[in-house]
Amino acid sequence: MLRIACPSCGVRDQGEFRYGGDATVERPSYDNADQEAWFRYVYVRPNPKGLHQEYWQHIFGCRQWLVVERDTVTHSISSVEFARKQRA
Amino acid sequence: MGRYSVFSLLRQAATGNTGWQRAWRAAVPKPSYDVVIVGGGGHGLATAFYLAENHGIRNVAVLEKGYIGGGNVGRNTTVIRSNYLLDGNTQFYEFSMKLWEGMSSALNFNVMFSQRGQLVTAHSADQMDTFSHRANIMRSNGIDADILDREEVRKLVPYLDFSETARFPIHGAIFQGRAGTARHDAVAWGYARAASGHGVDIIEGCEVTDFIRHGDRIVGVETTRGRIGAGKVGLAVAGHTSVLGQKAGLELPIESHLLQAFVTEPVKPLVDHVIAYGADHFYLSQSDKGGLVFGGNLDGYNSYSQRGNTGVLREVCEAAIALMPNISRLRLLRHWGGIMDMTPDASPIISLTPVDGLYLNGGWCYGGFKATPASGWCFAHMLATDQTHELTRCYRLDRFRTGHMIDEAGAGPFAWLQ
Repeated sequence: MLRIACPSCGVRDQGEFRYGGDATVERPSYDNADQEAWFRYVYVRPNPKGLHQEYWQHIFGCRQWLVVERDTVTHSISSVEFARKQRA
Repeated sequence: MGRYSVFSLLRQAATGNTGWQRAWRAAVPKPSYDVVIVGGGGHGLATAFYLAENHGIRNVAVLEKGYIGGGNVGRNTTVIRSNYLLDGNTQFYEFSMKLWEGMSSALNFNVMFSQRGQLVTAHSADQMDTFSHRANIMRSNGIDADILDREEVRKLVPYLDFSETARFPIHGAIFQGRAGTARHDAVAWGYARAASGHGVDIIEGCEVTDFIRHGDRIVGVETTRGRIGAGKVGLAVAGHTSVLGQKAGLELPIESHLLQAFVTEPVKPLVDHVIAYGADHFYLSQSDKGGLVFGGNLDGYNSYSQRGNTGVLREVCEAAIALMPNISRLRLLRHWGGIMDMTPDASPIISLTPVDGLYLNGGWCYGGFKATPASGWCFAHMLATDQTHELTRCYRLDRFRTGHMIDEAGAGPFAWLQ
């Protein structure tokens, strides 16, 4: 069971959040006609054993999308920040 | 290694069980093999056995980083069924079922295959329709399937919640009578013993750390027990397919997720079948020791930790009690977690790869155990002939690029939602 420190709401139980997948995957721009870029965006995942950056949404709190860096072996969380901040 | 028989049993009984030998040789790695299979789980061991049995290739090593039976083959709920809908899956899993039916005699090892039948409950008229569709597809492929109405289900499993207050009332069920369970450890041990009897080296405590290349071709593996040369390398390391794939230069459409299973304290015989709950993701059977074995959803976020946690525990127990209120006071004895290779279409990969000399078997999602014999059979065929077996034509790695997915779960490319 994870405890995620939401930057606006504080430390909350995992049950308040929804997982949103790998945060390192970049969506190609809408006018990108390169099939390979879209294939990689949709399907290819690095799936690291160790530190993993991933989206979580605080659905039962502030509803913000967060980027959480978590170790996939130990489940220890090393950083949490707003997704919009990281994207900016 | 002598054959097991009623006479060997009697002989050992008369001599105080002092003469039993190890089930398989404790092999020391040779400098090289024709085929090296990475991963000594059910699929790797089955592959080695069928390589020797069907293709006469006996200079084979199976490398297991832990011990035989300690990975996913020992971390499942042992359910075997072939009630699939999509073309490609139906034929493959039915072939697997037929291999299960002959497995104990083929391996000279009692895998305790028990065809107790599997029910999937339906909870709406619409669900009954989709199950009828599935049953028709199964029957047209020569697979047994029956549609049961509410009263027929009640007759078979009266202890489910048929009351007025049931959260999701049962409309009926789809039933496969030949489905069932097998003793998972026995499957691993049986394949290991039979493969070892054919001359295959089963090497435990031998972790593959890297690949050896000659030009673009993979010609061996670096292991914690030294370099081992190989004519061909077969990967069957579900859970860690990405980790090893990356070392070989493969980029894969796979995420690793944790799936947990649970077992209660033993009780008297109660559940005669395997039951899956059509209103939620929950399934249950009773082990030969009496414990109720059940499981539910993935934890739903990337994980390589082979241990359970409490997040899913509550959901699974809620589903259990919604389906079967009379088990609400049973105590949980233990629970465990296994790492699944989740693919975007919930179907496996048995495939040639872009890397010369490397062959891939992985991406089994939840359903690797029931596929064990057919997976080994078809992967052995691929390793021996460099050809895709007819039954695995849909399981090619490049299907994600070409759009030929076999999307049984209907979940799209969101592994954590499957």
